[in-house]
Amino acid sequence: MKKSYKIDVDCVNCARKMEDAANKTPGVKSAVVNFMALKMNVEFEDGADAKSVMADVLKACRRVESDCEIFGI
Amino acid sequence: MTRKQKKTLWRIIVSVAMLIICEALSAAISPPRWAGLLMYLVPYFIIGYDILKKACMGIINRQVFDENFLMAVATIGAIALGEYREGAAVMLFYQIGELFQSVAVGRSRRSISELMDLCPDFVNIETENGIESVDPDEVEVGSEIIVRPGERIPIDGVITEGVTSLDTAALTGESLPVDAQPGAKVHSGTINISGLIRVRTTKAFCDSTASKIMELVENSGAQKSHSEDFISKFARYYTPAVCYGAIALAVLPPIIRLIFGSSPAWGSWIMRALTFLVISCPCALVISIPLTFFAGIGGASAKGVLIKGSAYLESLSRTRCVAFDKTGTMTLGVFEVAGVHHSVMEERRLLDIAALAESGSGHPIARSIIAACGKAPELSRVSEIEEIPGCGVTAVIDGISAAVGNERLMERLGVKYRRCSHSGTVVHIALDGEYAGHILIADMIKPTAREAISALKLAGVRRTVMLTGDMESAAIPVAEEIGADEVYGSLLPEDKVRRVETLISEKDAKETVAFVGDGLNDAPVIARADVGIAMGALGSDAAIEAADVVIMDDDPVKIALALRVARKCMRIVYENIVFAIGVKLICLALGALGIAGMWLAIFADVGVMVIAVLNSIRALRIR
Repeated sequence: MKKSYKIDVDCVNCARKMEDAANKTPGVKSAVVNFMALKMNVEFEDGADAKSVMADVLKACRRVESDCEIFGI
Repeated sequence: MTRKQKKTLWRIIVSVAMLIICEALSAAISPPRWAGLLMYLVPYFIIGYDILKKACMGIINRQVFDENFLMAVATIGAIALGEYREGAAVMLFYQIGELFQSVAVGRSRRSISELMDLCPDFVNIETENGIESVDPDEVEVGSEIIVRPGERIPIDGVITEGVTSLDTAALTGESLPVDAQPGAKVHSGTINISGLIRVRTTKAFCDSTASKIMELVENSGAQKSHSEDFISKFARYYTPAVCYGAIALAVLPPIIRLIFGSSPAWGSWIMRALTFLVISCPCALVISIPLTFFAGIGGASAKGVLIKGSAYLESLSRTRCVAFDKTGTMTLGVFEVAGVHHSVMEERRLLDIAALAESGSGHPIARSIIAACGKAPELSRVSEIEEIPGCGVTAVIDGISAAVGNERLMERLGVKYRRCSHSGTVVHIALDGEYAGHILIADMIKPTAREAISALKLAGVRRTVMLTGDMESAAIPVAEEIGADEVYGSLLPEDKVRRVETLISEKDAKETVAFVGDGLNDAPVIARADVGIAMGALGSDAAIEAADVVIMDDDPVKIALALRVARKCMRIVYENIVFAIGVKLICLALGALGIAGMWLAIFADVGVMVIAVLNSIRALRIR
């Protein structure tokens, strides 16, 4: 399953950090952050619950970049 | 500016003011060391508290080579060495640079999304309470929506009521309005110019043309180019390398000096090392390269050319060989009367007779003759229409017996006919058993096809190859007319794939081969080519899926436009890479020698970033 989320983050480097953090979160098969479009496209593992996985992703992202935001979880 | 940016701006203004006061005070009363330190610490914390906080977070999360951490170490180090002024100023300029970057990126992001803003956020629907605006996502397929003049059509559909003209510029880049009446298919994203129309939707909002295009462009970042990969790899090694360099610079020279018996001069070497840290952030590169690609993709999409990712921009920029299909790509793909030859009467009258004879037929050739007449045939003039399958028709027109058809019909009737020297389908006409001339029907070459090929050559393409399923006798004249270098006819789709493979094997390793087709029949070839370009893709999802580059309208000149966009983007990317890395290396060298101090380092850093970002935005403007 694939989903696209709007995000807010300040710099390219921070966006990359978010991407790394999201990719390391269990339940995420692959995540791509497009800094220019301010979008995060997430492909979930089969059977993963998007809502709870994304809550973990946000937590992981906040740890590396305190003032980032993911909308529409 | 966003709230966050405004806040940063105020912090910058306040700390600039305080730094000036500090300068004035220390010049006037020359305070003791501790008082000076306290004085400068106030603006330092005002401007830098968030950086310091993030630096602490970075240490906790073991992200040592994070730019916040490096900035914190450099400035705290400077302050510890007694260079309060440098410490505070470096932090200040760093923040100014970050603010500029954030504003510039926000601006270009907005101007690009304005270009691509195809989706209205409401739909007008008629209910019992009059016309109401609803969320487009909630409109079901088959409902009737109302589009007022000046509004964008939100969902694909068919006009049920109202006559208007439509501006398709946002989708195709074509500025001439198109007339539309009931029964016409309309695509979301086009602007309704003149009249109120009602549209019965044929798709859901999320499957409509505009939504698909938006999705495609916004997700284009997923296909990262080599340049972007290079930069992220570079950033991964550059920062740690500079940091280790800084440590070496702080420790080794003083130790060597100690060994040789001179004073170690720790302070001066550590200061030089801190200067290194200031230059260690690869910001200019990291921001400007994706920005360039994004601007290029955005600018191209405003001209009706969708590029699915920066990787394709990169391979498109290296295209030196373009192969293309004939029918539908360089020709209109519709049959039209190309000429009337050897007519015994006025050409219009002969055409008229042929149209009358063919008036009962639904064959595409018959339809093209009727269309060329420009009016509906007066059926009262025709009688005794008889169709002879595989040959043509005979009929009585105005009391004269007419035969309209191919060579076989003429031979069957024993009429001596003249062959046509041109390529295309020939329709012979005999009146009362006497030959009266023939009509040539051919696929018309697009008016811009010739220009398209010469524009490609101007853009640096060395080899243009036409691949077609048609016979070579039909293909060669077209190729000559438009100026293609090579032509291969009678190709089945798999032959085209093989041809493209041959072209790929014949080119230089660094070059790429592009194939342009209509996206439906040519899907396998488009997939096989280094860059697959689909033309006339408006309304065809399959074509949009298959290709790397999508040209929304039918204009072949856009192929060269896409190439030019790609070249320009790559040029800007290389300019930025060379410029930014060059300036950084010079600063590192000057810093190590002690010629450039922290001031110069931060100025160079912010300056390079500003110039690189401004350079990137140029990619948005496309001629």
